[in-house]
Amino acid sequence: MKKFSYTVKDEVGIHARPAGLLVKEAKKYASKIVIDKDGKTAEAGKLMAVMGLGVKCGQTVEVTITGEDEDVAYEALKEFFENNL
Amino acid sequence: MMQYSGKSVYRGIVLGPVFVLKNHDTQVRRRKISDAEAEIEEVRKAGIKAREQLKKLYDKAIKEVGESGAAIFEVHQMMLEDEDYLDSIHNMIRTQMVNAAYAVAATCDNFAEMFSGMDDDYMKARAADVKDISNRLIRILEGNEETDLSSMEPSVIVADDLSPSETVQMDKEKILGFVTVHGSTNSHTAILARTMNIPALIGAPFNIEEIHTGMMAVVDGYKGEVIFEPDEEQCAQAKAKMEEEQEKLRLLEGMKGQKSITKDGRSVHIYANIGNVGDVGYVLENDAEGIGLFRSEFLYLGRDSFPTEEEQFQAYKQVAQMMAGKKVIIRTLDIGADKQADYFNLGKEDNPAMGYRAIRICLKQPDIFKTQLRALLRATMFGNISIMYPMITAVEEVQRIFEIVKEVQKELDDAGIPYKYPEQGIMIETPAAVMVSDELARLVDFFSIGTNDLTQYTLAIDRQNEKLDDFYNPHHKAILRMIKMVAESAHRHQKWVGICGELGADLDLTEEFVTMGIDELSVAPSMVLKIRKAVRDMNISGE
Repeated sequence: MKKFSYTVKDEVGIHARPAGLLVKEAKKYASKIVIDKDGKTAEAGKLMAVMGLGVKCGQTVEVTITGEDEDVAYEALKEFFENNL
Repeated sequence: MMQYSGKSVYRGIVLGPVFVLKNHDTQVRRRKISDAEAEIEEVRKAGIKAREQLKKLYDKAIKEVGESGAAIFEVHQMMLEDEDYLDSIHNMIRTQMVNAAYAVAATCDNFAEMFSGMDDDYMKARAADVKDISNRLIRILEGNEETDLSSMEPSVIVADDLSPSETVQMDKEKILGFVTVHGSTNSHTAILARTMNIPALIGAPFNIEEIHTGMMAVVDGYKGEVIFEPDEEQCAQAKAKMEEEQEKLRLLEGMKGQKSITKDGRSVHIYANIGNVGDVGYVLENDAEGIGLFRSEFLYLGRDSFPTEEEQFQAYKQVAQMMAGKKVIIRTLDIGADKQADYFNLGKEDNPAMGYRAIRICLKQPDIFKTQLRALLRATMFGNISIMYPMITAVEEVQRIFEIVKEVQKELDDAGIPYKYPEQGIMIETPAAVMVSDELARLVDFFSIGTNDLTQYTLAIDRQNEKLDDFYNPHHKAILRMIKMVAESAHRHQKWVGICGELGADLDLTEEFVTMGIDELSVAPSMVLKIRKAVRDMNISGE
């Protein structure tokens, strides 16, 4: 299991379009990827759940990755968050 | 007579019959079924069909309103594939043995409620998206085609709210205007309406049950009001205003195909400013003689990573080809200040207008610049492209730009990729550039004066700051003298000079600019014919 925290810098937060991109990215990996915002969680592969977290700019999420390709997924998602959110 | 005020989205006036568009989400009946898996298969097939429809809407929207307006339909496609959403539908069918459409409607309510309950206005508005995709599925499942608007007479569309997909599907020719009870000025619908130039009013507090298809209505986008069943006097007033608008349009129509030349024979080029490929249609429709400012930022904004060389090349090539040999002046990246894209990682600045922006980014991060230059140079093979550099303050910057351009040309030569030498010019939009314009004129092929920034820098007035409105004089002598100075500098070196800022479209100044010897005015497409008329009506020598 691998974990990282990320504080969202995008002004509008994780809104529809970036959430869509995140889902696409997450689906590339076999690992289970869970996003936690203040105890509320959503699987990164599920668009409406991710949007439902309502993550806003300045809020911190914890991303947990579990599965056989967790190392690759960890690196890729970290980069994705930094570049897109 | 019923009269309501609302927020105007587009200024225009119209009198016409009403077409009421009602939501269909109340019509779903609950039915018991016997074969749950067959019902689930129906949902799967409907999902495929729905995504096909959305793909088509996306393509239509891209052409008509551009990438940012179309993105919503891509998100809709993804929402339709959402696991939680589909699981909820499937579970309901399996456990309650109900028909697919009912399961979709019930699931829709749950998800829409989740979004409506969020404390963020943006997310609240997503409830409309859930309803939009669910209604689409239900229509397919129930075999109801979407409300067929193709046989509709030209009408004023009246609705509680319009979904983005409803707005974009409408045949523009048949829409006289639209009025809705809900919606915000920032909704997708409002944005689409504005791009499509449809007189529109939102947030008008009428009861849709009292409005019927065929009633007459006046939509007045100037006053921000709608009148249903107007009385005779109101009809007459509306008709008079419409005729006035029509008359103006007719006069302008007569300007098409005419030369932009004064009575005493001085000709001026009237070009158009555009912000994306989709605007080229308006340029041609308004008979502009070229594109004087093609803002390349649209390629960089509203996305999450840098556009590739190929993406840029395709966009530039397409515009060059559509303009068929007419001049297309493309301004290199002008990002920063009020135009931000996160992946640039520009960071917060105390004074962004005077900060790290435009050519400064390009010179500091030449990789970004070179990608754009390669795309631009390759596109020169497909039309008449000129390149223009923004935010210049010094001769050294232009020299450095040309060095980078040479490097790129060498790379292309080495790779055997063909290109033509384009005309290269600069924006004059800083007082510094004005003061050294005689030296700059030696280096470049043309000047284009960006009056918006030039005014803000010269008068030291932030245009976003309402408190300063009393001090803001767009016709300040300082600006006009600067423009004159720039024109003289250009002409001393046999270079041409244009204006591409808002002032270029200011009809009060057209004569003064022509008298100064300005060679080109680049204005919004809708202003082209008005400026041409002004030019044709003037006689600058007084003979």
